[in-house]
Amino acid sequence: MSSLAQKKGFGAFIWDYLTTVDHKKIAILYLISGGFFFLVGGLEAMMIRIQLMKAGNDFLSAGLYNEIITMHGTTMIFLAAMPLLLAFMNAVMPLQIGARDVAFPFLNSLGFWLFFFGGIFLNLSWFMGGAPDAGWTNYASLALASEGHGIDFYSLGLTISGFGTLIAGINFLVTIINMRAPGMTYMRMPLFTWTTFVASALILLAFPPLTIGLFFMVFDRLFDANFFVVEMGGNTIIWEHLFWIFGHPEVYILILPAFGIFSEIFAIFSRKRLFGYTALVFATILIGFYGFMVWAHHMFTVGLGPTANAVFALATMIIAVPTGIKIFNWLLTIWGGSISFTVPMIYAVAFIPSFVAGGVTGVMQAMAPLDYQLHDSYFIVAHFHYVIVGGVVLGILAGTHLYWPKMFGTMLSEKLGMITFWFFFIGFHLTFFIQHFLGLMGMPRRVYTFGADQGWDLFNMISSVGALFMAIGVLVLLVNVVLTQVKNVRVGNDPWGDGRTLEWAIPSPPPFYNFAQTPLVRGLDTYWIEKMEGNKEGMVYAEPLGDVHMPNGSIIPLIMSFGMFVAAFGALYFLDDTKPWALAVLIIGLGITFGSMLVRSLKDDLGFHITKEELIEDAKRGGNTDGLK
Amino acid sequence: MAHDTPEKIRSHAEHEYLKKKRSTEMRHQLTSFAIMIFLTLIAFTMVAAGFSAYLIVPIILLLAAVQVVLQLYHFMHLSNKGHGTVAFFMFSGMFVAFITVLALVTIVWW
Repeated sequence: MSSLAQKKGFGAFIWDYLTTVDHKKIAILYLISGGFFFLVGGLEAMMIRIQLMKAGNDFLSAGLYNEIITMHGTTMIFLAAMPLLLAFMNAVMPLQIGARDVAFPFLNSLGFWLFFFGGIFLNLSWFMGGAPDAGWTNYASLALASEGHGIDFYSLGLTISGFGTLIAGINFLVTIINMRAPGMTYMRMPLFTWTTFVASALILLAFPPLTIGLFFMVFDRLFDANFFVVEMGGNTIIWEHLFWIFGHPEVYILILPAFGIFSEIFAIFSRKRLFGYTALVFATILIGFYGFMVWAHHMFTVGLGPTANAVFALATMIIAVPTGIKIFNWLLTIWGGSISFTVPMIYAVAFIPSFVAGGVTGVMQAMAPLDYQLHDSYFIVAHFHYVIVGGVVLGILAGTHLYWPKMFGTMLSEKLGMITFWFFFIGFHLTFFIQHFLGLMGMPRRVYTFGADQGWDLFNMISSVGALFMAIGVLVLLVNVVLTQVKNVRVGNDPWGDGRTLEWAIPSPPPFYNFAQTPLVRGLDTYWIEKMEGNKEGMVYAEPLGDVHMPNGSIIPLIMSFGMFVAAFGALYFLDDTKPWALAVLIIGLGITFGSMLVRSLKDDLGFHITKEELIEDAKRGGNTDGLK
Repeated sequence: MAHDTPEKIRSHAEHEYLKKKRSTEMRHQLTSFAIMIFLTLIAFTMVAAGFSAYLIVPIILLLAAVQVVLQLYHFMHLSNKGHGTVAFFMFSGMFVAFITVLALVTIVWW
């Protein structure tokens, strides 16, 4: 069966994306859906800022405001930041280690569709009787008292998308352990691959506690269990523990890949090898470990007692050490380099002071006695937006500009990119810097309005103006994307001119088999080494040209995930007396899922081969067939 | 094709080496089997002798941990080549689980 390109209709194009198991196309799916949820979460953020623009505003009602802050947090963390980072991991990591795909291409697709349907399910709550309203942390006492089905949408939706993330994490771990090209030892892996590796390990260890917590929540609310119900002998604090045992590693799952992207950017645009590569790797692993030992710093005011608070305060402060190692290594990478201030680089440079500011306020909160003052005030809101927007979102925006040519074969406009950057960067500091002071002045977190006599008017107004700036920045980015794709100016293998790692040695976008011949890796920054030695091809090969084995696409992952989506509605309405069909829906949904698992298990799918002749022919045409069938 | 495994012809020296290696492995397995039986005996005896629960519980937990390690290394071949990553992930997982359980036990239910 020949797999190389022919002219295709629009239907075939859509079908190709629905059934794809190619890591690069799954990356694009993650990017589009993550980007969509980012816009949804951004819209919610704008509504929050409009509501808080002036004292006593009635733009949103109190109840609706609660729903919007809950959905803003949940959407941004689970449905925007994570998938956008998974997009870059999918797009770049296999290329960086010289692999033809991830270890389990079918599971990769399943992971995406589970996330997608989980996210859709969660957001359908807006149209089906109200969104969750207990905050993104969903503390049990509040959540169990919440009326309507909002909280159930939260727990079921996150369960489904959590499965997807767990699958993706395991897949990346297996890929990095087993599928590195010959010569790619652990200590030659690019830093983005390293951070993907550690973040995946964190996903593997951190998501099970969340799943258990959500499971308890589902059973408490929908099937009359009493895990968190104090009157019945349950313990409401257990939810907080389970949530934060997951929740703290989660923020490292977000920030580590962003660190990886920035590490690549600093090396590329300073035209220098990363300073202290070994220390950076070590610090990454250390941050991963510490991430599991600090969760109770979110719970200082719960009343765990002075001993527990002291232990967790100390553990939290220790994390500043490996993070500091990273910051200094990046600074020393830039130092003395031949720097070019492209859009990704300017994001990376802006990231350092922004993230350090967030880190410093983090260490302030690590002091338990001070945290009693800061807890649940706008100071906290300012802190976590400084680390998440100043770290993760800047990383995602930088990564979008850096890897756009590798993913789509076109360069985003540098000029519009700069406009986006300045609007976003100024807007970000305008919005959140002043919130530190609002917090110190006593403004509590999550209030839907405030009085005119409290003296918070001006600062809230400034904060809202900042949010408007950020929105303009994002809109300019969207215009940039559309213009770039309409102009469609194709670029070569190494559009930045200073690529160091393997992904820049192959066409943009790469052919669907990535590498016609598996490369041989001769050191850190493989492609740079070959360029410096005058190797025109950019690679040396570990094998002769031969047939390449590829997996077939499949629609089963989509159907399997759709089954879960249907079953979730059954579980949601299980206790409603007016909806006797709920049990049937639950059974049908699970039937679809398990039925498609059965089909997958019983039907052999051995994939197909691309012959040597086809590879040679494809190389003549530029070697970037996308493999539409 | 991948599933056509080539037949290997071993030299005499290789044969002898393998034989020796396997007998060592067998000896290790038998030894650890004996140790495990012995550990189990200790556990049962302690309960039968009616010691205080505060003594029995930690000792049994300790014996269980030793048994798990013996099981992993001598029967599930964790010591064999190429299992370093697996071992690393298993022990990290155990470490995280241990910290979590320890913290919950001490600060929630103490």
